[in-house]
Amino acid sequence: MDLLPVALTIITASTPLLLAATGELVTEKAGVLNLGVEGMMLIGAIAAFAAAVSTGSGLIAILVGAFSGVAVAAIFAVLTLTCLANQVATGLALTIFGVGLSALVGSNFVGISLEPLPQLNIGGLSTIPILGDLLFGHDVLVYLSFIMILLVGYFLSKTRSGLILRAVGESHDSAHALGYSVLTVRYLAVLFGGFMSGLAGSYLSLVYTPLWAENMTAGRGWIALALVVFGTWRAGRIAFGAYLFGAITILQLHVQGWGINIASQFMTMLPYLATVIVLVFISSDKRKIRINAPQSIGKVFYPPR
Amino acid sequence: MSQSFRFFPKFVLEPRLEVSGQWMILSPIIAIILTLFSGIIIFSLLGKDPFLALYTFFVQPLTTMFGITELLVKGTPLVLIGVGLAIGFKANVWNIGAEGQFTMGAVFGGGTALLCQHMESILVLPLVLVLGTLGGILWGAIPAFLKTRFNANEILTSLMLSYVAVLWLSYLVHGPWRDPAGFNFPESQLFSDYAMLPILIENSRLNLGAFFAILVVLAAWILMARTIIGFQLRVVGLAPRAAHYAGFKQSGLIWLSFLISGGLAGLAGIAEVSGTIGQLLPSVSPGYGFTAIIVAFLGRLHPVGVLFAGLIMALSYIGGENAQIEIGLPAAVTGLFQGILLFFLLACDVLVRYRFSHRSVLIGERCE
Repeated sequence: MDLLPVALTIITASTPLLLAATGELVTEKAGVLNLGVEGMMLIGAIAAFAAAVSTGSGLIAILVGAFSGVAVAAIFAVLTLTCLANQVATGLALTIFGVGLSALVGSNFVGISLEPLPQLNIGGLSTIPILGDLLFGHDVLVYLSFIMILLVGYFLSKTRSGLILRAVGESHDSAHALGYSVLTVRYLAVLFGGFMSGLAGSYLSLVYTPLWAENMTAGRGWIALALVVFGTWRAGRIAFGAYLFGAITILQLHVQGWGINIASQFMTMLPYLATVIVLVFISSDKRKIRINAPQSIGKVFYPPR
Repeated sequence: MSQSFRFFPKFVLEPRLEVSGQWMILSPIIAIILTLFSGIIIFSLLGKDPFLALYTFFVQPLTTMFGITELLVKGTPLVLIGVGLAIGFKANVWNIGAEGQFTMGAVFGGGTALLCQHMESILVLPLVLVLGTLGGILWGAIPAFLKTRFNANEILTSLMLSYVAVLWLSYLVHGPWRDPAGFNFPESQLFSDYAMLPILIENSRLNLGAFFAILVVLAAWILMARTIIGFQLRVVGLAPRAAHYAGFKQSGLIWLSFLISGGLAGLAGIAEVSGTIGQLLPSVSPGYGFTAIIVAFLGRLHPVGVLFAGLIMALSYIGGENAQIEIGLPAAVTGLFQGILLFFLLACDVLVRYRFSHRSVLIGERCE
């Protein structure tokens, strides 16, 4: 069996998970639990798709997708940070809203198909046999997902701003007492999460399946949320998890080709079941979760005056 | 000095000493009004006469007897699920997978109905209902077990299991449970009359399920307001530490929340297939399990509130269908309204726990 095409499809399936999980990692590290990833991805997906259909420009489409993610994340930020609303409830609201709005806008775009984003051929590197295809024959969003997870990992662990962000997530009261603006940091972190979810959504509708379908994220936003727990809030482990889940998603496409006869529904269940199993394995070590989870996550910050 | 010349006084949120009962009731009303205003804007953007659209959406469905019975038909699953979720949410147990428990209720109960297709006994219906409820309980028990035993986040596990349940139903109606005489459509056989909930009003779909919903509201009200278990659930939600020191077993309450909400979602699922639909289809729910989350919040996590909230959200479903037929609005408008309503509700709810104050402008007012 030729493994190269399998590896290539795994990268494609992993990229939206990695993009969304990278954003959620930053949001959660700042102490905010945004359960609306699924909704932000859907908004990003339809916005990018609509922009691509009407302008024909991939770059504009990606930007529109990413910034519509930012726009809906802003609603979440205002509600949870300024209006002090419950983060779990608001995140769910964001998902319900995203499903509804994207379906409404998308009803005009059903049945249209797009040319997928062009593959970047960096200086002819993709002509190198095997390695060239594997590493250098992708579209811009795949490279962006590599770059962003590396940058975020570096930012969180090696920079001063990253330290401040983590301080806000660990103990907002202490960070506030030290003079850092908890709200500013959290607003930025939530908006960054929206940006990355918007990118993840754009990837789905521009590259993964270049057309619009209602609810096309199919739970990927939730899997991205689970990946952050799976990776115990560490960039490297999250990247590993994203590729693991990409591989599981792809497995279902190839199993039938290998002559194994299982109803398609059971294969489609795999990523969801895998998410549950993986969560169980990671979470059962309570100590590990307690050490790694941002301590203020999900808590409302009421600024003492 | 510069502060005293502020043109707009600086309003700050200040925690209330007690939860405001007045705002608890006002908040959903204001949220609904704001949602209607957004409706005017959205309808205008879609190029429809906004007032005609609002009329077809929210008023016209209620002008016929059939419309009113349909409201109760759609309200039934929302209230049943919403009551269960509200109990869990009170205790900070986030069961987001009601859609899956609903589907499993339909699968277990519907499977029983198909198995008893040729039994002519009045015992078939109770058996179908009990097994449907058990299906929901079983599916709700999984996240409860994973949470209490392995500390796995119940939001994610219950949601993931929803996808599994829906796929499982899809497999059954595409495969083993497909009606052999059904021209290859992915549908089960129609249930026999012995497995169907009796219709309450002639020429409508209103069935005994609506009656269950009212019973459940009353039972939940008594549970939450009058029993020690209800008290424990509320304390765990409000003050987890106090509950811990008082010796309330947290894991027991997680189990209880999931079994109740799973069971009620399962009952809603079987009531939907054996009362309203009459057979198993690849999809048995237009998202009731998710809409019920809004119902629970809109109903202030109180069983009686959930009853009213369920009817309001049911109106959004039938209004959406009506507007689709009458003025060609896309069906997705319903989902958008539901999301917007929850946003406004959460924003207004800030005033339940906090109030506006501009006293902090005064110097030396508080030191913390």
